[in-house]
Amino acid sequence: MENKTQSNMEESTLLSKKVSRRNILKTAGAGSVGMLIGATGIGGLLSLSDTKITKGETMKDKIPFYGKHQAGIATEAQHHIYFASLNLTVDNRKELIQLFRDWTEASAAMTEGKAVGDHAGNPFLPPKDTGEAAGLAASNLTITFGVGPGLFEKDGNDRFGLRNKKPKELKELPKFPLDSLEEKWSGGDICIQACADDLQVAFHAVRNLVRIARGKAVMHWTQSGFQRTKQADTKKETPRNLFGFKDGTVNPNTNNGKEMDQQVWVQSGDGPGWLAGGTYMVVRRIQMFIEVWDRTALREQENTFGRHRDSGAPIGQKNEFDSPDYNKKDANGQLAIPIDSHMRLANGDGSQQILRRAYSYADGMDPETGSFDAGLLFICFQRNPEKQFIPMQHRLAKMDKLNEYTVHKGSAIFACLPGTKKGGYIGETLF
Amino acid sequence: MNNMNKWKAPLAILLSTNLLFGCAQSEENASAEKESKGQPAQAEPADDKLDGVTAEYRKYALAEIEAFVTSTEEFTNAVKSGDIEKAKATYAPARMHYERAEPIAEVFGDLDPKIDAREGDVPEKEWTGYHRIEQGLWVENTTKGYEKYAEQLMKDVHLLRAKVETVEVTPELLITGAVDLLNEVSTSKVTGEEDRYSHTDLYDFAANVQGAEKIYELLKPALMEKDEALSEDIRKRFDDVYSLLNQHKKGDAYKIYTELTKPEVKQLSQSIDALAEPLSQIGIVTGAS
Ligand code: HEM
Repeated sequence: MENKTQSNMEESTLLSKKVSRRNILKTAGAGSVGMLIGATGIGGLLSLSDTKITKGETMKDKIPFYGKHQAGIATEAQHHIYFASLNLTVDNRKELIQLFRDWTEASAAMTEGKAVGDHAGNPFLPPKDTGEAAGLAASNLTITFGVGPGLFEKDGNDRFGLRNKKPKELKELPKFPLDSLEEKWSGGDICIQACADDLQVAFHAVRNLVRIARGKAVMHWTQSGFQRTKQADTKKETPRNLFGFKDGTVNPNTNNGKEMDQQVWVQSGDGPGWLAGGTYMVVRRIQMFIEVWDRTALREQENTFGRHRDSGAPIGQKNEFDSPDYNKKDANGQLAIPIDSHMRLANGDGSQQILRRAYSYADGMDPETGSFDAGLLFICFQRNPEKQFIPMQHRLAKMDKLNEYTVHKGSAIFACLPGTKKGGYIGETLF
Repeated sequence: MNNMNKWKAPLAILLSTNLLFGCAQSEENASAEKESKGQPAQAEPADDKLDGVTAEYRKYALAEIEAFVTSTEEFTNAVKSGDIEKAKATYAPARMHYERAEPIAEVFGDLDPKIDAREGDVPEKEWTGYHRIEQGLWVENTTKGYEKYAEQLMKDVHLLRAKVETVEVTPELLITGAVDLLNEVSTSKVTGEEDRYSHTDLYDFAANVQGAEKIYELLKPALMEKDEALSEDIRKRFDDVYSLLNQHKKGDAYKIYTELTKPEVKQLSQSIDALAEPLSQIGIVTGAS
């Protein structure tokens, strides 16, 4: 696909399979209807009708919280993420439902750039909203909730009477070879993914939701992450990960409803009905040994991914969105895209796809080694982890060349709930 | 005992009171202020009740300080007579009285550090009080050379007892005090920094919680009128904290802090957060709602 210019921006491109959503959006022109539809995703269309849009400006920087699907999945990736995994401490259904209701109300307000709770300040009380986002734009904030296996059953207890609603796909991921998982980066009963074009806005969202949950849920682990900002990205390219490679080139087309239904959204009939319109989220906290990578020759780096570093093109091709030729041999008769390259193994026979929405992280220095603790907060969405992420990761863990430079430190799986309408609440289909 | 910012806390309470009530701490002015904002109807009955509450609290705090004098006598006598076992045994229980009444005791910014400073909080030469002796008892395992600190401590505690009479207890002091007690726990007890030689932190921990609970109990009738669910929530969270604390008891005594595992400490810390969040809402008893 060579559509990198405005002139190529045609209907056919919109529906084309391999072009990333980002590329569609960047050519659509900010503020236009195309932008609005793109930014709200398919589910957002539903809520567009009940959101007042007088002119394009009104919705700028705002992604509706309400919709058929939760935002933050098919919507364009923002610059920052603040991710939190929580464990529930409530012991009854009523309080759990109240928590989801309170979260929904607060999330809807925050994604509109509003404060949590009313302003009428009693000087003898702590303010309802923690305040650091006051005056800031909504910054495309999305807040996405998921539920982990522990919601349905913990230590053999059916703690909320939900055991029989647990989908069989929602269980701890199998142990993959080379996994070096630590409890402090793994699992959780509930996840909150807050993404925004401003880290303070994203953090504010999680902070206030965790505060609302105090006494009902406690943080288990959190991770912030980043991508380049749009200001820095003057050429509007695919973001690069900390190994310097474009990351996110091949992804399902989030504008193609049919493809999304096939690959990402759980369909009614797939399992328990409450999850229809939702999706499974896999999170892996993958540390990248950037010092080791930095002393690796360029050829080796490119062979690791199967792509050229500068252009992002598959080895042997010119442009980022060119189709790879997996059969092509080099002068020595070796496969041009090596057999153990990340791209080839991830692609497999092309039958499995996942929607990747990852962010880089940098958590300061590892005090034991003196090297960076940096890497990828890998997040992907799919309709069925057993058919998508799991077989893929099995192939990667077995022989991915990338494994020499990375280690998986954290892992979690969540069922991201379907979206809700105004007046409803996230999680309502469960109860 | 918190570190640096601890010394500033009482000032902040007084200041904020002054700011809010235009330099007058009396109830009359408080309600006058509210009246001008057009909320007299709800505010007044609650405030009448709060008068009784502040008087009750004053009684409670004075009794605790009274008990603190007695228990400090016992402690310092043991130090002075060289009875190290008795000194060690009375150290933590004696401090509990002080910790319970902390919102009042700490109003005296000059005495609090003398009685309760930890090593490094004040210049080494000025370091006196409980923790100074604690270091002698547990690190050097002696009372020798600490008699003079015992002597000084007793004097300071007597002085505290005399000064406490002059404290004016306002509703604001109660409201801020309840959460402050728990903030003490979050910032210095949970970390095991308070009693770093004896590791008797759980005594201080429990006493702070009891001090906060007393305030809650006193404000409860007023609170029930405003928000019953909030009151019940707070009660439940106190029970949760106590049930965790009780898991760390051996008979009547609390375990030493270093015996707790990391997850146990985290659980205690989170239970305090879970309690302090709803407790921070008790300010609604002051009227505006
Ligand atoms: C630190 C770890 C990882 C890094 C640095 C990384 C990086 C990359 C890069 C640079 C590409 C090529 C450009 C693109 O299509 O986006 C890629 C492709 C891909 N990666 Fe990863 N990746 C990592 C982990 C994973 C994991 C854990 C999975 C899933 C199990 C995965 C699945 C994929 C898929 C499906 C593709 C597209 C393959 C295709 O062309 O069909 N990646 N990755």
